[in-house]
Amino acid sequence: METTITTDLKIKTGMGAGGGKNFGDDGGGPQGADSNSSDWPPGYSPEDAIEPTKYRIAVWLGLTSIAMLFIALTSAYILRQYNGMTAAKPDWQPLHLPSALWITTAIILLSSLSFEIARRALKQNRYEKFKTWISLTTALGFLFLAGQVLAWRQLASQGIYLRSNPHSSFFYVLTGLHALHLLGGIVVLSYVLISAWRLRIGLRKRTTVEVTSLYWHFMDGLWVYLFVLLFFF
Amino acid sequence: MAEVMHPTHGEVHHHEPPTGWLRKYVFSLDHKVIGIQYFFLALFSVFVGMALSLLMRLQLANPGQKIAFLATLFPQAAKDGVVTPEMYLSLVTMHGTIMVFFVLTTAPQGGFGNYFLPIQIGAADMAFPLLNMLSFWTTFVALAFMIAALFCNATTLGPIGGWTGYAPLSALGNIAGPGQGIGVVLWVSSIGLFCIASLLGALNFITTMLNLRTKGMSLMRLPLTCWAWFTTAVLSLLSFPVLMAAGVLLLLDQLAGTSFFIPTGEYVSGKLLDTGQQGGSPILWQHLFWFFGHPEVYIAILPGMGLTSHVLSTFARKPVFGYKAMVYAIFAIGLLGFFVWGHHMFMSGMDPRTAIAFSLITLTIGVPSAIKTFNWLGTIWNSRMRFTTPMLFSLGFVSLFVSGGITGLFLGQSTIDIPLHDTYFPVGHFHLIMGVAAIFGIFTGTYFWFPKMFGRLMHEGLGKLHFFLTFIGVNAIFIPFHVMGMVGAPRRYSTHGDLQYLSSVMPLHKFVTYMAIITMAAQFIFLFNLFWSMAKGKKAADNPWEATTLEWDIPSPPPFDNFGGVEPVVHHGPYEFSVPGAPNDFVMQTDPMVVEGQEAE
Amino acid sequence: MGKILALLIVLIVVGSVWSFVSGHWWFPVGISEHAGAIDAQFKRTAVVVAVAFIASQLALAYAVFKYGSKGSERAIYSHGNNKLEAIWTGITAVIFIILAFLGQVVWYNLHIRDAAPGAVQVDVVGQQFQWNFHYPGKDGIMGSTDAKYINDAALNYVGLNPDDETSKDDIQMSILVIPEKRPVAIKIRSKDVIHDLFIPALRIKQDAVPGMNVAMHFTATKTGKYEIACAELCGSLHYNMKTFMLVVSQDEYDQLSAMSEDKFKERINQLMAAEPLQ
Repeated sequence: METTITTDLKIKTGMGAGGGKNFGDDGGGPQGADSNSSDWPPGYSPEDAIEPTKYRIAVWLGLTSIAMLFIALTSAYILRQYNGMTAAKPDWQPLHLPSALWITTAIILLSSLSFEIARRALKQNRYEKFKTWISLTTALGFLFLAGQVLAWRQLASQGIYLRSNPHSSFFYVLTGLHALHLLGGIVVLSYVLISAWRLRIGLRKRTTVEVTSLYWHFMDGLWVYLFVLLFFF
Repeated sequence: MAEVMHPTHGEVHHHEPPTGWLRKYVFSLDHKVIGIQYFFLALFSVFVGMALSLLMRLQLANPGQKIAFLATLFPQAAKDGVVTPEMYLSLVTMHGTIMVFFVLTTAPQGGFGNYFLPIQIGAADMAFPLLNMLSFWTTFVALAFMIAALFCNATTLGPIGGWTGYAPLSALGNIAGPGQGIGVVLWVSSIGLFCIASLLGALNFITTMLNLRTKGMSLMRLPLTCWAWFTTAVLSLLSFPVLMAAGVLLLLDQLAGTSFFIPTGEYVSGKLLDTGQQGGSPILWQHLFWFFGHPEVYIAILPGMGLTSHVLSTFARKPVFGYKAMVYAIFAIGLLGFFVWGHHMFMSGMDPRTAIAFSLITLTIGVPSAIKTFNWLGTIWNSRMRFTTPMLFSLGFVSLFVSGGITGLFLGQSTIDIPLHDTYFPVGHFHLIMGVAAIFGIFTGTYFWFPKMFGRLMHEGLGKLHFFLTFIGVNAIFIPFHVMGMVGAPRRYSTHGDLQYLSSVMPLHKFVTYMAIITMAAQFIFLFNLFWSMAKGKKAADNPWEATTLEWDIPSPPPFDNFGGVEPVVHHGPYEFSVPGAPNDFVMQTDPMVVEGQEAE
Repeated sequence: MGKILALLIVLIVVGSVWSFVSGHWWFPVGISEHAGAIDAQFKRTAVVVAVAFIASQLALAYAVFKYGSKGSERAIYSHGNNKLEAIWTGITAVIFIILAFLGQVVWYNLHIRDAAPGAVQVDVVGQQFQWNFHYPGKDGIMGSTDAKYINDAALNYVGLNPDDETSKDDIQMSILVIPEKRPVAIKIRSKDVIHDLFIPALRIKQDAVPGMNVAMHFTATKTGKYEIACAELCGSLHYNMKTFMLVVSQDEYDQLSAMSEDKFKERINQLMAAEPLQ
């Protein structure tokens, strides 16, 4: 359920202006007619009204709401941990860190790096390089999810499930929600990837790449945060 | 490279509307159609919510009476036509939830915001039309879930938990008594879907207002309605994820056997629950819920406040008093709204020291609220008011805002909250302010914008009759709630007849029920007026109210792309009425004329 | 139209004020030491509220009465008055904040200050749908309890530990008995869902939360029999989760404290039958 917020956003990003009814969407709008910069309030220029800004704003807003979701869960986590550890009969049993998570952490950090290389390559119009690195990023994304599943299986094989103890509950909820959100990013990445292989990276898709990288880095940072929160806090 | 942008100069970008019926009216991407869809969704919901409250009122006036048609309608829930205590509580729950989410959150923002935000800022549509459609249909599915919840527990009419769904009652499942289990699951799922829809909407609103303002529409030239919708969207963006988080955890407690909200040593229905982990915190649900719940109050009321300023100025033929103060007051209310959730929890057992902080911050919200009241009075002072129906409703809004808001001074103090908490006093307080005042905002919007939305005028005589009956009615219903609360009448009781110290409230219950029946009957005048005027109302001109903002510059109803592909240029602030030296008593925002007597912005 | 609305607003003001001051509906008589202070804070706030309410509503009524449209005559063109705005904002801010501070005194005494030493101990346990009160009995020591000992069928509602010597003489009953003019310290908890102990005459209201033990203290000042209600939605019979509080003289209480469980209950039942409801 969670991921809808971002996937929809992402799909939108890929599809351009949707209904195609905005003044800005074909470059008319602010630059059109009798454009006169003095008509604009200070700090606001016609460039502000063209498409890429719109998507960037939307992704930032989307990330804000995702951040709020995880902040809320973090506060619940900290409170529950405190209660569980200070209760007369403490029920907070910290999990042993599943080894797979070290690997997935490395994978997602690498994927951010490769995304960044791909993004810069596209900026320099080096398509082949872009194609290689964006493919690698997507592959790493899938690999990360596979690794997370592996970690869940590691725990399950020890008999630790969602309801086993408060720490495992939070572990499954937080990693599950993160994986769902990341899956949204992967869906968009796959779309970019297919376009890239078909050599259809126009300006709008470049916007998609830009905003997806923003989203991807955020998911990367979020994972590192969750990793630290769950096992080192 | 078909996607490269070609800046074109002086060209008119006219877009053709879709032709298929499905794309035009059902899965439309047009913000105006979506706005109307939201409006009708809210209209349906408000009548469902009202019907539920009628059943509650009948029971409260004559506890235990047999109502013949109930036995026919709900043979299992209402045995022999009596509203059972279980059924009463499910009515309370469903009335509250439907009204808060599907009426008060949906109509002002999803309905009017969707329709008029793009037009008032001079855009052809929302920033993301597809997202807009998705958020409506998600809301629709959420409502379907909520209505389904009404019919899933045989012995009740939906879940029992109040709209706040306090854990652990809501987390334990069927073991906790009738009205738990599947009903609560549907209820939480519906709210989860609603969260997603609201987030999509909020994102769209904020982006639209930041990015799609037309030429000359500087921030301080925005109509106050836009500022209200914007702030509301920011509140939604920050608060709904928190409710979402709480909902996910509650759903897992219900279905997956976790215990985020279920504490250790629960002894329920004669059994000790001792399976799995159980060290959860019931207070945690309240913290998460009210972190959302308090901003939600402002999500309901802020659009009404913006619209009231707008309509008062329009019909008072006078600029808004202290425009900037109004904008900053909206921000201040929105911001402070995030730091006062604890005032709902003074009796919850949380650390009593935090109550002192929450008390102090809560009373400071009174300050921006006082600014708004003062400025509304300032706007109509020395004015020349035209008492149209929308004007009457916004004057009613001011009166209700004062009556309902001012009792917050009692409830915001933890000390006074001791006798008043969870009595009819807060019920009266929030019904006046977030319920009825917000509904008056919706009525104002309907009567004010109906001509633009449907190209016809609503019947003024019927509108005024509707206003006076409703205004008298809601005061007669909710003012007595306050004194019932002082006597000590607890809320969510299917009868107060069993407690002797409450004997003085029983006659009031009868009085309130009569008033409620009159008020509800008056709503059918509105309903008739609405549909009759759509078909038979007088044709509306482009600018029937002689108003100034952009929506009155285009045909009624507006064409598919609002401005016919021509980008409007804004030259004035939104409330230039009675400018000395101007030919008319209003200067439209798009009017290029420079008027001598105009004040500098 | 304006004149009708103005009249209506005046009538609403009159009606609202009447419903508050008529005397038909007011708080029940307060019989605790802090009740007077709560009521006084309520009245202080009521004065501020009344002044603000009446002044704003009458100003609205006056404007609606006076400033109706007159032909083509124009309104006075003005965008506001910053000085007035600042004065108004300043005054309300000062008044509201003073009120907020004044209100904290009672709260502090009730919730933050500890109970006086030697206070009478009573534990309160809420459950669907009854109140249980747990008294220490003859030894004056509260016996230990645990959820695992709870057995409703055997009338061990609060979960007294049968192996604990101090709990052998403890008494559990569904009626709250306290002495007058002596501090009482209560601890409130719940077995299942959230309830709320609401004693209107004492001006006491506190959620009973499962998994928590909330302490409060108060002093009752007048003997008699009073009603207790539940003020937090706890399930289908929430409305009927009521019981009584007996405030007895100190002598009576001392005698009760020395009684065995059977005698204690018998005496309470006598008192319950004899006392009229206040």
